[in-house]
Amino acid sequence: MLKFYLKGLFRDRARSLLPVIVVTIGVTLVVLANSWVTGVLEDMVVFNARFATGHVKIMSQAYYENRGQQPNDLALVGTSSFMDSLESQYPEMEWVERIQFGGLVDAPDENGETRAQGPGGGMAVDLLSEDSGEIERLNLEKAMVRGRIPQSPFEIILSEQFADKLEVEPGDQVTLISSTMYGAMSITNFTVSGTITFGTAALDRGGMVADISGIRQALDMTDATGEILGYFPSGEYDDPEAASFAAAFNEKYSNPQDEFSPVMATLREQSNMAGFLDLIDYFKGIIVTIFVVAMSIVLWNSGLLGALRRYGEMGLRMAIGEEKGHIYRSLIIEAVFIGLAGSVIGTLFGLFFSSLMARGIDISGMMQNSTMMMQGVMKAKITPLAYYIGFFPGLIATVLGTALAGFGIYKRQTAKLFKELQA
Amino acid sequence: MTHTIRIAAGLLLISFSAAAQPSGEEILERIDRNMSSESSYVKSRMIIHGPRTSRTIESETWAQGKSAFTEYLAPARERGTKMLKLEDQLWIFSPSSDRTIQLSGHLLRQSVMGSDLSYEDMMENPDLASKYDAVVVGSETVDDRECWVVEMHAKTEDVAYQKRKIWVDRQRYVPLREELYAKSGELLKQTELTDIQQHGSRWYPGKIVFKDMLKTGAGTEFIVDEISFDVDIPDYLFSKAALR
Repeated sequence: MLKFYLKGLFRDRARSLLPVIVVTIGVTLVVLANSWVTGVLEDMVVFNARFATGHVKIMSQAYYENRGQQPNDLALVGTSSFMDSLESQYPEMEWVERIQFGGLVDAPDENGETRAQGPGGGMAVDLLSEDSGEIERLNLEKAMVRGRIPQSPFEIILSEQFADKLEVEPGDQVTLISSTMYGAMSITNFTVSGTITFGTAALDRGGMVADISGIRQALDMTDATGEILGYFPSGEYDDPEAASFAAAFNEKYSNPQDEFSPVMATLREQSNMAGFLDLIDYFKGIIVTIFVVAMSIVLWNSGLLGALRRYGEMGLRMAIGEEKGHIYRSLIIEAVFIGLAGSVIGTLFGLFFSSLMARGIDISGMMQNSTMMMQGVMKAKITPLAYYIGFFPGLIATVLGTALAGFGIYKRQTAKLFKELQA
Repeated sequence: MTHTIRIAAGLLLISFSAAAQPSGEEILERIDRNMSSESSYVKSRMIIHGPRTSRTIESETWAQGKSAFTEYLAPARERGTKMLKLEDQLWIFSPSSDRTIQLSGHLLRQSVMGSDLSYEDMMENPDLASKYDAVVVGSETVDDRECWVVEMHAKTEDVAYQKRKIWVDRQRYVPLREELYAKSGELLKQTELTDIQQHGSRWYPGKIVFKDMLKTGAGTEFIVDEISFDVDIPDYLFSKAALR
């Protein structure tokens, strides 16, 4: 019987070709849209993880509660031994220390008097250790506009815009006026080693990057650090894994009675990332829903057109005694074959185009600055979900569309069909 | 006749009590006369009780009129740091960076060496009578001393605290407690002045405890180790050249 239906579909192309093309196009678009949205949004998550949140981050409890203020007076202390302990207990993770700092950057004239001054915010990372992966992680080499990466503790990179505002060049001296860990004023000279573009407006206004050893001396943070960021060996953020890892760590190290005890937060728990991660899932849901609804309407329509074209056939089948229900079921079986064919072809096309886009589209040329810390390449990403996200909606939409169109059969009167046949 | 005597006695009592309670302005003038001088020299220790540790900072200050020069003596990290206040301008010299920076704007609200005092507090002119309107709102006992409770409201906008409340020793005219408020009415700082010592005709606190209500920590103790009033100070000390 199935062979009979298949023969019917192959021999009557008008019955199968248009629905298969429609389903193929729809499924291709769903797979491609899913891969694209996943790729672009996950790249942003990766950027956040590298730049600010890590996959997990350890801070003191008090620092975590006031993290919006970058409160270095609440920093973790005794971090060299704590880092050793982390590295021995969790050797699979990569741990890095960071200090967020802010202050005024003062550019002197030839007499040492203030020539220009502006507020800035910066990040101190390990730039000098040979085994540090921070330069690569932060994409610093590619983001350099002028000069070079710091090679000594008291060298600093300013954002290109900030350097322009202060009218300083690589090699010039600037003074960072900030607060020490104990709240005292800190006045420290740095040499501008180079300038970069961050790629975000706020950071480009007054962003800085310096080596952590120099900032430690400037802010009187010997053996202290604001944040310890942890990265999974895969380089990918896995929310359930991060959550269970953080829960185990906090169980072991966190003491609610001691505001300076360490606490681990996952990427999701920081910087409104929870909403962002949820957004990725919402997007996928929205794409599938829109697809199923739109395709069902299109296929319903094409099913109605097909049924109109097959009025004579239906009339004849009913005239020779075939039941309405049997005709309806045969249409649904045909729709399943059409849906399967369209979904398979569409998924293959979608995966093919996604793999082409996985190499990325370079949008940096469209942006004002072509060198920046933020990724300038937008890439699609093929996840296991891509293999079936379009398949089932394609099948469901075809069957649903046919089922809606097929209701027309029940409204037909056998007598009327005979009259049509005679005509 | 009895009635007339009663009225006269009542009027006499009112006039006596009016004479016994000085006006707010009079109290401020007496405080200014007691605490301010043409010039002064103070060697002090500032013990800053932070949320984790306590630190002691030693300094010497020379003041004359609206000018002041401070040199930090200890700890090693702060040694050689100098501050110069001339009228309403403030400069700080950092020996490690060999830079002299003029502090202005929000920097003036930063804490001095991590203490509960801000640079803005240091910039304050000690002369209260010219800057505040004062009203005596009651009398209370502080540290077994009878005090006038005086509420002060700023005459102009250019002061660090729009409202202050002080408890002034009735006999010595030295404040024993002070509360500093923002314009909104929020309590910003509390000060306790203890170990009151006599220096000639003046009474001056030997220890002042400042507490910034917006900061964690147990406050900052300012201990006066040496103090001299009306001393001769060379003019060059109040010039930017003295910073280096």
